[in-house]
Amino acid sequence: MLSNIGISLVVLVLILSFLIIYTASVDLKISGQNIKRKIYKLSLYQITFTILSFFTLIIGFINSDFSLINVYENSHTTKPLFYKIAGTWGNHEGSLLLWVNILVIFSYLFLVFNYTHDKKFRLYTLIFQNILILGFLIFLLINSNPFNSIYPIPVEGLGLNPILQDPALAIHPPLLYVGFVGCSIYFSAAMASLLSGYDGKLFARSIKTWVKISWCFQTLGIIVGSIWAYYELGWGGFWFWDPVENASLLPWFAITALMHSLLVLEKRNTLYFWVIILCLSTFILSVTGTFLVRSGILNSVHTFASDPSRGIYILFFLSLMILSSLTIFFFKYKKENYNFTLKSRETFILVNNWFMVFFLVTVLIGMLYPIFLDVLTNVKISVGPPFFNIVIIPLVVPFMVLMAIGPKFGWVKSKDKIFYKVLFLILGAIVINLFIIYFFGTYSLLSNLIFIAAIFLILHSFLDIKKFIKNKRNTELARIISHLGFGLLVFFIGINHQFSLEEDFNLKVGEIKKTHNYKINFNNIKIKENKNYKAVIGNFKLTNLNNNLVQYLNPEIRIYSNPETLTYEAAIKTKITSDLYLTMSNVSRSDYYNIKFQNKPFMVWIWISALMIALGGFIQLSFKKNEN
Amino acid sequence: MKISITKIIIFSSVIFVLIIFWQGLKKDKNYDTKSLIGSKISNFNLMEINNVDQYISEEDLKKNRYTLINFFASWCAPCRVEHEYLLNLSNKYQQIKIIGINFKDKKNNANSFLKELGNPYDFIGKDADGKISILFGIYGIPESILINDELTVIKKIVGPINQIQFEDILKIIK
Repeated sequence: MLSNIGISLVVLVLILSFLIIYTASVDLKISGQNIKRKIYKLSLYQITFTILSFFTLIIGFINSDFSLINVYENSHTTKPLFYKIAGTWGNHEGSLLLWVNILVIFSYLFLVFNYTHDKKFRLYTLIFQNILILGFLIFLLINSNPFNSIYPIPVEGLGLNPILQDPALAIHPPLLYVGFVGCSIYFSAAMASLLSGYDGKLFARSIKTWVKISWCFQTLGIIVGSIWAYYELGWGGFWFWDPVENASLLPWFAITALMHSLLVLEKRNTLYFWVIILCLSTFILSVTGTFLVRSGILNSVHTFASDPSRGIYILFFLSLMILSSLTIFFFKYKKENYNFTLKSRETFILVNNWFMVFFLVTVLIGMLYPIFLDVLTNVKISVGPPFFNIVIIPLVVPFMVLMAIGPKFGWVKSKDKIFYKVLFLILGAIVINLFIIYFFGTYSLLSNLIFIAAIFLILHSFLDIKKFIKNKRNTELARIISHLGFGLLVFFIGINHQFSLEEDFNLKVGEIKKTHNYKINFNNIKIKENKNYKAVIGNFKLTNLNNNLVQYLNPEIRIYSNPETLTYEAAIKTKITSDLYLTMSNVSRSDYYNIKFQNKPFMVWIWISALMIALGGFIQLSFKKNEN
Repeated sequence: MKISITKIIIFSSVIFVLIIFWQGLKKDKNYDTKSLIGSKISNFNLMEINNVDQYISEEDLKKNRYTLINFFASWCAPCRVEHEYLLNLSNKYQQIKIIGINFKDKKNNANSFLKELGNPYDFIGKDADGKISILFGIYGIPESILINDELTVIKKIVGPINQIQFEDILKIIK
């Protein structure tokens, strides 16, 4: 029943896409500034049916309708309602349907909200977006249909992977999807702009909001994923330079570069082709990331049951996208002349873009190199954190300094004398850095530079806030918060990295372990039956020997029944100044448990500062109206 | 469109990357240790499961024309399936010696397992925590590695030995 409704809706959307492409191409030849009402209507039907199809799948999950293979494979009757719903996008097929939904929603919104822009440009955008929609719909129908039915109908489902049963992870995919798939709209707009010749300032204005929206969601999505990894995976870290994390960073670097250079295009009407390149590559990198992750070329928690035929289809579509966009781009490319003066804001934005491209290329190489090596020479290697840390971290130092100074300069040419202020602030940063060394301990030369640069950026941002309070220019606020957030992020990551404690040891119930200035008593073990898992809960008493503060931590080992899996839940006590982190795992055939104890200073501030970066974007979105 | 070197370079590198992706897709992503074949085993030193003082080392292996190193456990059902082939090999063919590595198992269980099904092994090594097996790239049992008197790995069998693999082994050792 649901299977038929779902498939019918998807087929309807497919037909509507064809119709939209057709009517839009016909309308292209008609002069005038108004798009036919019929196209609006078709688009409205398209968005309605698409959303309905998604709701059909959600209903299937809520009612545990196991006549759908997808529900059978990814859900279970005893699962809490929240996770039943989240299960809709917690698998390959469902998430692809969500993907199509976002393509369609952005297509519709772009059409409706950009009514002031050139007709031809809007029609071309619609056509390209619908080609993308078609591509993914066909993929969904022939290869990954979430509405495939199964007969006889099973009585019980197989369950959702327990590590995905986490609130952060329930919202992580939708956020990232809005972020990554949202890029599709300015991919289409960039292609449309090349073909219709609607360029420059006006083009920048037409895509500005969409770039900001997808930037905000991407940033937030990546942060939520990282929070999930910290709380759920139980490794005590929050960023692992894992191929999948890298895949999510690539479009983020491109889009961050785009956000900045878009300003130049809007204010100075230059850098047009560079902006187009960034528009195209942001979405291309998103799809590349999806391809690498979903095809199983890269193995990770995100590889749903891997299936090479999937990979071949995405690869085919990806090749089509890249080659066609490259061809169109080369056909339309004209050499641009830039006359930037050294001391101008646009120069600094260009420098920002170089840095972003450098980071992007570094991560791309780190990610692709193992694949290349494996294909060409059969040697399997993995590129880990050391590579990224060595290549990226030193560059973060000048990056942060320029990030602080850049916005001080005006457009075109600036006469501000900022030299003394910079000198003063750098001295301030050095002094603060010395304070940290004096009170907490020394670190390497590079760390010194990182801290000084981060503090410099933070101090600069504070001065900016002071200035903002005086003249209240809203666009400035967004930038200040994001830049301050970045400075704080690097600062707290640095502190966290330098001053974390980590201890690994085995303990039996009743035993005591002393480490650094903590005493850890392993009091007892309790077993608790929950709805969809059994938990072995350890009770640990933690005494801080410095101030005799006592805390209890209860890490868990969870035994999920459907599917049968063990997960380790870390016990984390979050305080303003530090996190205490304790995980336990059973040592087979012994009474001992392996305990991993960590004290991680300022953990919560890492999240706060990362969220500040995203917050800046949201502030800019909300102030958009006042500014125009 | 004017054709320039830059454009050609960009196009070819894009196509190169896409081809690599395509080739990557065709690759078997299952973890495999095929690369083990042709390599020499080293640092081989095993303790006998029932006799703490008895060891087997590389020097002992060099004395055999062929040695089949078989990873097994009493709790492993597929190990029972391949057992008759192992018995067959050890009874009929003098040129091959079989060394069993008892993977994550208890001594008593392993002994009763062999009492029940027969003992094809010339030596049974102890690997109670599974660490030695990991050094051999074992990721599931049963698995078997065939080596010659130069300690070179000739064949690796993942999963229980079946008729085809049994005949392959015979071909090699004859």
